[in-house]
Amino acid sequence: MSAPNSDYDPVEVTPLRADEVERMRDAALEAIAAADSVEALKQVKIDHVGDRSPLALANREIGALPPQARKEVGQRVGQARGAVNKALAERTAQVEAVEFERRLAEEAVDVTVPVDMEPVGARHPLTTIQDHVADIFVAMGWEIAEGPEVEAEWLNFDALNLGPDHPARTMMDTFWVAPAEAAMVLRTHTSPVQARTMLTRQPPIYIACPGRVFRTDEPDATHAPVFHQVEGLAIDEGLSMAHLKGTLDHLATAIYGEGTTTRFRPSYFPFTEPSAEVDLLCYVCHNDPAQVADCPTCRGEGWVEWGGCGVVNPRVLIACGVDPERYSGFAFGMGLDRTITSRYDIADLRDLWDGDIRFTEPFGIGL
Amino acid sequence: MKVPVPWLRELVGLPDSVTTEQLAARLTAFDLKLEEIVGGQLSGPLVVGRVLSAVPEPQKNGKTINWCRVDVGPEHNDPATDDLPAGRGIVCGAHNFGPGDLVVVSLPGTFLPALGFEISARKTYGHVSDGMICSTAELGLPGGDQSGILVLEAGSAEPGDDAIALLGLNDETLDLEVNPDRGYAWSLRGVGRDTALAFDLPFRDPADIEVTDTDGEGYPVVVEDREACPVFVTRRVTGIDPTRPTPEWMARRLVQAGMRSISLTVDISNYVMLELGQPNHAYDAAKLSGPIGVRRARAGERLTTLDDVDRVLDPADLLICDDEGPVGLAGIMGAAHVEIDDTTTDVVIEAAYFDRSTVARAARRHKLSSEAARRFERGVDPSLQARAAQRVAELLVEHGGGRIEPGITVVGEVAPRPAVTLAADLPRRIAGVPSIDLEASVAALRGNACEVEVQGDQLVVTPPSWRFDLNDPYDVVEEVLRVVGYDQVPSVLPQAPGGRGLTRAQELRRRVGYALAGAGLVEVKTFPFAGEEDFDKLGLPADDERRRQVLLENPLSAQEPGLTTTLLTGLLRAAGLNVGRGHEDVALTEMGRVFRTRDDSPHAPIYGVDRRPTDDELAVLDAALPDQPLMAAWTMLGQREKRGWSGPGRDATWADAIAVAKRLADVLHVELTVEAVALAPFHPGRCAAFLLDGTVVGHAGELHPKVLEAYGLPARGVAGEVNLDALIGAAPELGPRPDFSSFPVAKEDLAFVVDASVHAGDLQAALASSGPLVESVRLFDIYAGDQVPAGKKSLAFNVRLRAADHTLTDAEITEARAAAVEAAARFDATLR
Ligand SMILES: [Zn+2]
Repeated sequence: MSAPNSDYDPVEVTPLRADEVERMRDAALEAIAAADSVEALKQVKIDHVGDRSPLALANREIGALPPQARKEVGQRVGQARGAVNKALAERTAQVEAVEFERRLAEEAVDVTVPVDMEPVGARHPLTTIQDHVADIFVAMGWEIAEGPEVEAEWLNFDALNLGPDHPARTMMDTFWVAPAEAAMVLRTHTSPVQARTMLTRQPPIYIACPGRVFRTDEPDATHAPVFHQVEGLAIDEGLSMAHLKGTLDHLATAIYGEGTTTRFRPSYFPFTEPSAEVDLLCYVCHNDPAQVADCPTCRGEGWVEWGGCGVVNPRVLIACGVDPERYSGFAFGMGLDRTITSRYDIADLRDLWDGDIRFTEPFGIGL
Repeated sequence: MKVPVPWLRELVGLPDSVTTEQLAARLTAFDLKLEEIVGGQLSGPLVVGRVLSAVPEPQKNGKTINWCRVDVGPEHNDPATDDLPAGRGIVCGAHNFGPGDLVVVSLPGTFLPALGFEISARKTYGHVSDGMICSTAELGLPGGDQSGILVLEAGSAEPGDDAIALLGLNDETLDLEVNPDRGYAWSLRGVGRDTALAFDLPFRDPADIEVTDTDGEGYPVVVEDREACPVFVTRRVTGIDPTRPTPEWMARRLVQAGMRSISLTVDISNYVMLELGQPNHAYDAAKLSGPIGVRRARAGERLTTLDDVDRVLDPADLLICDDEGPVGLAGIMGAAHVEIDDTTTDVVIEAAYFDRSTVARAARRHKLSSEAARRFERGVDPSLQARAAQRVAELLVEHGGGRIEPGITVVGEVAPRPAVTLAADLPRRIAGVPSIDLEASVAALRGNACEVEVQGDQLVVTPPSWRFDLNDPYDVVEEVLRVVGYDQVPSVLPQAPGGRGLTRAQELRRRVGYALAGAGLVEVKTFPFAGEEDFDKLGLPADDERRRQVLLENPLSAQEPGLTTTLLTGLLRAAGLNVGRGHEDVALTEMGRVFRTRDDSPHAPIYGVDRRPTDDELAVLDAALPDQPLMAAWTMLGQREKRGWSGPGRDATWADAIAVAKRLADVLHVELTVEAVALAPFHPGRCAAFLLDGTVVGHAGELHPKVLEAYGLPARGVAGEVNLDALIGAAPELGPRPDFSSFPVAKEDLAFVVDASVHAGDLQAALASSGPLVESVRLFDIYAGDQVPAGKKSLAFNVRLRAADHTLTDAEITEARAAAVEAAARFDATLR
């Protein structure tokens, strides 16, 4: 670099002339605008911003100017370089954005191809409905009790006021464990669980027992030797048929929806007195006069049979160690398999038991 | 119980305004549930006709038909012509009638249920037959010559009379379901009383019968067992005309009630049973020798009952005998050789009251039920016998021309039923119906023929002799509620005290269920029955304890005589069904109980019911029950990940089967140890046993090729089963506390050469416990081949080291690494 020279005429240094700086700036801006790829911008940067670019070279000349000229010329070149850098940055961002979008566009896939490579499991609806019903009871403050499936004859029958010669015993179609003297059965109902609960704790008792039970029915479209039911038992001071009705109405609503009421018909069970059959207002036609006649669910009755119930026979309380003078209670039971078959319009009960995956799969992990 | 409606109406005096449907609805509300209304489907015009002429016309087909002119009354007759009197032309193929006979004619438009179609005029044999002359069978009537034309008694009707009403052809019958506690309702008397109560009508008891001619002996009786036979009544009727027919109305009622009309004497006996509920028997007096005895059977004694079955008797069977031997199984069925026949003129009528259990047990023992047994089992009115015998005798006099022989034998007597005392407000409290006051209770009970006495705030209720179901205060409550109406019970939701929610085990079972579904398994439910064939298919050795089933007395099939000992019997069967239905890739699971016999095959005790058994007694009872643990089983066949556009997929392997067990252990926070075992039904080299604190709780692996073949399953299928009760029982109250360090990790890869027999899992466990700095160890490569000596293999592990409170120094890392190598040395592992 040459020493300061007071005789120096800045106008005479060509690259630093105003019009020359302007031309260099415009050329740079033009090149920037014309570049349409990151690649091209790289070259533009080398040509117009890099160390060997005209503006950079011009900038280097400024130091050779006399001090009084440096400021003005420095400003001129500086502005030009600033404009070019700004334009380059803007254009780079623009081009990068376009290129990014293009890359994403190129990465597009066919999202409609099957993606079920992983196996999907499912829970049997009889499992799910037992859980669902249990939850309803738990929400009422009840507890869920359980017991063995091979049960003592005494608990399945005698303790429930079904003595050895009781006619109702033969109606139960019981599987007996061999030899008969073993006095054990496959439980015909979940009622022995109720007895077991009373035998092991004192009232107040509010329990429900969902579970698997057995009857000697050959499997066909409407029968199975194994089925599921849920029974409930409440023992407390001052309980009556009215509390039974209230509980069943609540349960009916919780399972079948608002407005599903129940009705009692007198009946007979050895373990309850008085006993009743409970019917459910048809959850399909709601006994609506306009629909009931053609309703396939209730066959024109307006009501569907739901289960059996009643006030616990004090003889059962005595056998199970509960003081019948102080406590009373009620019990009820209903089948769950039919809840599934009727609500899902399943004509053949065997579908529940065959194990065909196409039966369970649609239920997923919840009803 | 089949109740002919006209009979019931007549008995109760039910107003015509009450329809059969209304009647049935009220009875249902009174615990006599309607099963079905039978009859009432026939529709007219069905009229009485008089045959004016019947011209036989032989036909080409060899038959001869009658071309008849029949007077069917002015309303229905075609007008007279030059040749013919007023009437209708009808072709008839039968010949048991002639001109002048009264017959029943179904005119076009008549619907006969027995035929199932509507009669119309039709061309046949060259005539237009304008109706049909009906046979007994076509009218659905009992008795007589069923295929012959029904010829009415001369003078009993006029042509044109409505035959439907005349013959009761449209009578309806209520088929009622009678609950076992209401034995009294197996009679018109019982149903009639409830009907009268339901409609608030006065009831005239058909059993209000005066017993006459009581002086002297009816027929000698010796009752040896007064407990089994508390009452036995005999009396005699002689001079019956055996040719007399059963009155048409009686035969009709019997048939409507589901019985057959047999002969006048038998029909009367059955009619009285239906009417009063008292089974009774008429013996041919000429065939009885010596007094009638009532005793238990002797060992080896035999009896041929009326149904022609030769029965070996049990010493507990109660018999009716004469000098020659048994003449009947008491309360169930008589013997053929003393039955009345079409020459019988003198009969001995028996009406007894037998102990309910004695009859029930004998009927069960001989698998023999009868109308009589059904009633005795459920309880016959023990005060009724003499009156019922009187009723039979009177009907034999009235319709059979017999005469009642003076004298009646009555052995025994039953005490009145004990009174039931209850708090007067108990019916209101237990029913929860506010409107049940003292007055309502008393009225309802008196309507049920109970005697009621109010003593302060108590009711003393004496039930009538036939109400075996009224023993306890609550029984009385039901009778009150039945009359007040079950529909009066209000709906009140009781407030349970706060419950504890699901038990821990219940929660964990759900967790397992979701984990199984999450593992891609589809839950199925199968019947828990199995047999030798199943265990053979599983390849279980002869002495395998899983062959020791809990057997059933009465299994549904001989192939499955007992309960299963492993869920795999049902699960593999279900898998086969799926494969058979064309599903190549199947992953199934089941949760359920299996059953294991106890070595000493104990008997469960039967305790009394008058008190709670003691805790010790309950423990004995529980100890007798078979072990019945809850298990989870799974099977995977075909592809675990499906082939497709993304790749070739991946077949399920033994590792997937083991992974399910590991997953269950993980969700329950229990540690399972895995050991290699050889056990059916698994491939002997590809089966893992799972141990929990040293106890085997399950197995998984690849199924034995022969097992897969036996079930028709694809090669390399896998399965597993674990005892959930054991796993859940071991689950800690709380899962592990999260414990991790935020200091940097040091990763070391260690490859060892070991003997091929060394289990990678064992080596991995040794590395994992080689020092406090070891955070995790993971096997990432197994190699056997040229690079390692024969009989050896290389196992490569990622070991991650980390300290809880500082960054590891190089020295610490070196030391930890050395400790790991040393731990491996126990397996003769050399660092590669
Ligand atoms: Zn409906």
